[in-house]
Amino acid sequence: MHEYSIISALIDRVQREVDARPGAVVQRLQVRIGELAGVELDLLRTAFETFRERTVCAGAELALEFVPAIWRCPRCDRVIAPGAVLRCPDCNRPAQLGAGGEIILERIEMEVSDV
Amino acid sequence: MCEDCGCGDPAIVPVEIHEHILAGNDARAAHLREHFVESHVLAINLMGSPGAGKTAVLEQTARAFAGRHRLGAVSGDLATDRDARRLEAAGITARAITTGSACHLDARMVHDALHHMAWRELDMFFIENVGNLVCPAIYDLGQAANVVALSVTEGEDKPLKYPVMFRRADLVLLTKIDLLPHLEVDVAAIRDGLAHVMPEPRMIAVSGKTGEGISEWLAWLDARRS
Repeated sequence: MHEYSIISALIDRVQREVDARPGAVVQRLQVRIGELAGVELDLLRTAFETFRERTVCAGAELALEFVPAIWRCPRCDRVIAPGAVLRCPDCNRPAQLGAGGEIILERIEMEVSDV
Repeated sequence: MCEDCGCGDPAIVPVEIHEHILAGNDARAAHLREHFVESHVLAINLMGSPGAGKTAVLEQTARAFAGRHRLGAVSGDLATDRDARRLEAAGITARAITTGSACHLDARMVHDALHHMAWRELDMFFIENVGNLVCPAIYDLGQAANVVALSVTEGEDKPLKYPVMFRRADLVLLTKIDLLPHLEVDVAAIRDGLAHVMPEPRMIAVSGKTGEGISEWLAWLDARRS
C-alpha cells in the first residue's frame, strides 16, 4: 500500500505551493499515473480520500490521468507491440520505456482572491 | 461573488508543477548514491516475494566471498530482526529496518540505518528489501543495481504478472533450483516471460542450499565493482 506514501508526498508538495500563496484554496490536482508505475488508481483515490482531511487538499478534486505503457526502440523509434518481447525486431536493441512510468503531479488549480 | 466591498471574484489559477511525486525520495536516493560511489561501495537493492530466498542467497554469498570482500546489509521486514541476525551469523555486517506497516523501504530508512553502520569500510552493501513484488520497485534507494530473487516454486508466469518489478531489474536470480527435480517448472518459460517484461533480460539460476550457480552470481557482482 505504497499509495498512502505517494499521497502523503503529494499533499506535502501541494502544501509548499499553498504556503507561497497565502489564502489560496486548492480546487483540483491533475496527476498522471503510468501503466507501469506500479500505482493502483483506485487505491490512490482511496488513500487521497483518507488523507486529505484537515490538509490543504481537503476540498480538492483529484483528477487522475492514466498513461498507457509504450515501449520503443531507442535507435529507430519503432513502437514494440504490447505483449511482445522487449527488443526491436529490426535493430535487435533492448526497448526503452517511452511512456507509462509516470507518477507525476502536473498541475494544481487554486482559487485565489482577486483583490 | 462579493457584494459588500466590490472586490472581484476569486480566480482559479493553474500552477504548473510537472514533477515526480516521489521527487523527495529521489533526491535522498541521489544523495545516498553519491556516498556509495565516492566510497566505492557497490550497493545492491535485492527484492523479491516473501520467501523467495533473498536471505539464503546472501548467506551463501557471504560464505562464498569469505575473506575476499567486506559485506554489509540492511534487511527490511515489517517486524522482527530475524533476517539481520541470520546475515550477521553468516558474517555480514547487518542491521534490521523494521517498517511497521510499510510494504517497502525508502531512501530515508536506508539513510537512517547507515548512520548506525560503518558502511564506508564495506565493499558491497545489500539492501534486502521488504518481501513484496510491487511496492519496493517504485522507490529509488541509491543502489547501483536492482536484483530480483524469483524462486522456482513461484510459478512460470510471475514475471508476466508483475511487470513493474521486473522492468527495473538489472538481474533476476532464479532461486531454489535444487528443488527443480521435484517440480514441473519449465525454466525456459521463465526466461521467455522475462524477455517480455525486461528490456535486457539477465538471469542467473542459483541454489542457496547447494551453492550451485553462486560463482556466476559472484562474478556478476565483481564485474559491477570494477
